[in-house]
Amino acid sequence: MKKALPLIILGMLAVLPLLGLSSYWMHILILVIMWSVIGMAWNLLGGYCGQVSFGHAAFFGVGAYTAGILYNKAHLSAWWGMPLSIVVVTIFALIIGYICLRLRGPFFALGTLAMGVILRVTAENLTAITEGDLGIMLQERTWIEKTWYFYIILALAAVTFIAIKMVVESKFGYYFVAIREDQDAAESLGINTTLYKTIALSISAVFTGLAGAFYMNYMGYIDPKIVFALHDISIVTIMVVMVGGVATYWGPFVGAVIMVFLAEIIRTIPKLGAAHHTFFGILLIVIIIFLPNGITGDIQKLKKILRIGKAT
Amino acid sequence: MTSVQLEVLLQTLISGLLLGGLYALIGIGMTLIMGVMKIINLAHGELMMVAMYIAYVLFSSFHVDPYLSILIAAPALFILGILLQKYLINPVLKVEAIIPENQVILTVGIGMVLANIATIIFSSDYKTTPVDYATKAWYLSDYWRESPIELSLSMPWSVSFCVALVITAALWFFLTKTDMGKSIRATAQDKDAALLMGVNVERMRVVTFGLGSALVGSAGCLFIPIYYLYPDLGGQFTLIAFVITILGGLGSTVGAIIGGLILGVFESLTATYAGMGWAPVGRFMIFVAALIFVPGGIMSLFRKRRLGK
Repeated sequence: MKKALPLIILGMLAVLPLLGLSSYWMHILILVIMWSVIGMAWNLLGGYCGQVSFGHAAFFGVGAYTAGILYNKAHLSAWWGMPLSIVVVTIFALIIGYICLRLRGPFFALGTLAMGVILRVTAENLTAITEGDLGIMLQERTWIEKTWYFYIILALAAVTFIAIKMVVESKFGYYFVAIREDQDAAESLGINTTLYKTIALSISAVFTGLAGAFYMNYMGYIDPKIVFALHDISIVTIMVVMVGGVATYWGPFVGAVIMVFLAEIIRTIPKLGAAHHTFFGILLIVIIIFLPNGITGDIQKLKKILRIGKAT
Repeated sequence: MTSVQLEVLLQTLISGLLLGGLYALIGIGMTLIMGVMKIINLAHGELMMVAMYIAYVLFSSFHVDPYLSILIAAPALFILGILLQKYLINPVLKVEAIIPENQVILTVGIGMVLANIATIIFSSDYKTTPVDYATKAWYLSDYWRESPIELSLSMPWSVSFCVALVITAALWFFLTKTDMGKSIRATAQDKDAALLMGVNVERMRVVTFGLGSALVGSAGCLFIPIYYLYPDLGGQFTLIAFVITILGGLGSTVGAIIGGLILGVFESLTATYAGMGWAPVGRFMIFVAALIFVPGGIMSLFRKRRLGK
């Protein structure tokens, strides 16, 4: 049963569009799955390897801009951006890794944060290539219906899930966890920590970049402030994983569902619509203090709290 | 080099130094917190934003001069810092979690809440405090008639710079001459040894966080006569503070001052010669260069030389 669970969930998700959901609900579902992809990718680096990145918007944005520039300058379909983004994002990941991975712990976090900002400012100023603040817009969308977008992102999510699971359960996964638990000890056991951290960063970046390239195709419009956003991409990525569950397979899904629905619900409250960051921030503070490993990670603790709540 | 070019260069250097003095004040607050608590306060810029809004409210409703509002904003920020440290950050330091960077993520959450509350209260419009001396300046030609080049010194900028110097000097006095300052430095050096010597480490942490917040708060009051104000401005100043800290060497106060000055001058140079929009990139190029070439910060260069002798 437990082994078949991913297949069952995949099957259930695959038949969802056949139910004739409205366009709005399809949009929400696509967002949830896209955020799970990014969350899973971040989880490999942050949850398993212990390198907390505050700059995943960098990879998301590079992926999106690869697709966008390909469409805008080379007049090819933006879908070619998805395979091409793998190459481009890997190059960026190697450069960023070379600079940032010499930092440890919170300094790595801030280094990646700075990288995200550097790329945003560069994209804003290199108007010859990126169109700057005007952004890039697809003149025509591939499909009006959202069904095909849904299946594409679902396939990407399935591939990400399998790939991350394979990596985590291989020798690499154990190296990553060893680095997270104690980098010096791992180094002394003969693990080339820099190499494995770079591998974790690259895998994580590639899937984030793919999600970015998909975003370009799906939304049809990007500008530097959207795809390189610190709060709306980088921090939300962290929150998806922190809320859902750090270093778990299902955490990012749970987190993505909660975060996307929370954002939608807050948006419907009149007057407080602009305040979604306040709620996100409060949720983040509460989660860190009470459930530091997220809902899936601290499920036992959560059950205990709820049971006590019922008893009294 | 013609005299016009020289004029531009000198003027750029002057404004860079003035800016750098203010940056240094922001950087010192962060480096102090980092040295004592070993955590990075990512809500640093947001705390500055809070102080700027305090100064703005005081100015717009009570016509208090922004420079005088330091006397109110700095203590307010001190209390805010103490509350944050006591009730939010300290509990998290004790929680066991898979990710060790939980406190950093927590400060991000605090920053988000602060920035968003400011947006709700004040809306995201740009605000300024139009003081009457905002455009006043001293010109070199007023004092020296035959001067071949013309330089100017903006009055609010220089006043802010001087106040920043005074605050830095006061801080230096506090850290080196008073009992509590010495205890804070001891805690930063070795927490356990300080504990054994009878220093109340918990209390020092709380005080340091308050002090760091008060410093960045007074920097905010110094910035507001020359800058504009909007709720999301915190993020960029957090990054500036972080770049200064890396540049100056982690936890080093003197390094933060030098780092702040270098950053200010460099940013002003990129703004003049590469264009206004590129100034942030110049900032981060310095950051990346510092990480690659002087990973221990500027202060480590001095230390090495001393060892070599």
